[in-house]
Amino acid sequence: MKKIEAIIREEKFGEVKDALEKIGVVGLNISEVKGRGRQKGIRLQWRATSYVVDMLPKVKLNAVVRDEDAERAIDAIVKSAKTGRNSGDGMIFIMPVEEVVRVRTGERGKDAI
Amino acid sequence: MISAALVMLMVPAVGLFYGGMVRKKNVISTIMLSFAILALISIQWVLYGYSLAFGPDRGGIIGGLEWAGLLNVGQEPSSIYATSIPHFTFMIFQAMFAVIAVALITGAFVERIKFSAFLLFSLLWATFVYDPIAHWVWGAGGWLAKLGALDFAGGTVVHISSGVSALAFVLVIGARKGFGKVPMESHDVPMAVIGAVLLWFGWFGFNAGSALAANGVAASAFVVTNTAAAAAALTWMVLSWINRKPSVLGIATGAIAGLAAITPASGFVSPLAAIAIGVGAGIICYSALLLKAKLGIDESLDVWGVHGMGGTWGTIAIGIFASTLVNTAGSNGLIYGNPSQLVVQTVAVAVVWVYSFVVTFALAKILDATIGLRVGAEEEEVGLDISQHGERAYS
Repeated sequence: MKKIEAIIREEKFGEVKDALEKIGVVGLNISEVKGRGRQKGIRLQWRATSYVVDMLPKVKLNAVVRDEDAERAIDAIVKSAKTGRNSGDGMIFIMPVEEVVRVRTGERGKDAI
Repeated sequence: MISAALVMLMVPAVGLFYGGMVRKKNVISTIMLSFAILALISIQWVLYGYSLAFGPDRGGIIGGLEWAGLLNVGQEPSSIYATSIPHFTFMIFQAMFAVIAVALITGAFVERIKFSAFLLFSLLWATFVYDPIAHWVWGAGGWLAKLGALDFAGGTVVHISSGVSALAFVLVIGARKGFGKVPMESHDVPMAVIGAVLLWFGWFGFNAGSALAANGVAASAFVVTNTAAAAAALTWMVLSWINRKPSVLGIATGAIAGLAAITPASGFVSPLAAIAIGVGAGIICYSALLLKAKLGIDESLDVWGVHGMGGTWGTIAIGIFASTLVNTAGSNGLIYGNPSQLVVQTVAVAVVWVYSFVVTFALAKILDATIGLRVGAEEEEVGLDISQHGERAYS
């Protein structure tokens, strides 16, 4: 089992969610985060001057999938979250998951996903 | 009386305007500064402030204390000021001017001022800076008034005095911790815009009310006030657009700059002159902000750049655009063939600049050396809401 942690643009979340649902990945959770990557920051204005905001709001999406589904999920996220702009589309991190337990039934492992 | 109530609304409006522009951890503190001023200076004015500013003249410099505690001030019209309305009405209208002048300065030292030092400074400033200047310009027998200096609604008395004092004060207190290194982002721009809009609204009382009667001059002042605010707002919007994008904080700031500039001139100029004054205010104040940024002075919310420079431009503009066709009690300016008015206006500006700067600098130095102007470094980092007031704005 793999945990997929994807940092994506806020406005892309809807499309990413739909793309994942199409390949059968329904369970997920998100949090609103701030961060920076190569994009570094954007310049905003304040009266006659301006300043740089380098921690930009993003959505962090967490989903745990079966090993065999991982590549398809990654593919779905990349395709749906990509904008073609120079920077700021985000990152995906993949981690192994030791165990999964469904609270309601006590099921474990792949069956619990 | 309605005008006095309108001006009263400008005081919490300043709090919202400034409060929106500070960081989240200092919004209560910033709003509190204006509110506390409303309470403190209202009392000061009744006890002795009104008497110092408008009481029987002492050598053109200051009013005597005969009217302290509003003794000899009553329901009957005064024989000297605003002879068609109750003396109380004139007094309370002027009270709100004293309050707003002190409240404006707070924009300079937000996010680092020690509350106790702030209260003491405000009381001393009202007593030693505002009250004398008000007497010179508006008091019967005041020496600048005798010189022929015109200030319809407070370009020198309110805006130059507070704006220049703001600059002097920050040279003593210094910049906010991290200024220039970390972004000091406005935490709530809509709040600032609501404040600005309420200021514009209240300003009708400020300027039109300064006619002290519901007459033609009041109507004219109302029209030019709105016109100058609009012209300056548009100017600032265009300037921000040229540099980046049309900014809402920019258009709001422009409106305030235009209002500050038209204040002294509002009883003396035509609507077309108001457009020129508004456009000038937008350009001058915008440039002042750029200059301030270049010099690296943390005059945090631009009291000097907007009010000080706006008031300066407007007061000088009287000497250019004033016309007795607008107000027979006024004078003609440069374009109506009277260059001497421009000289008198420039003298008034210079006097108020120098006096405000010197006295405020001295007061701030004395307070800094005795009780200290700033909060501690840790208190400043935590924010003044919690460290000074034990409250937070958003839980």
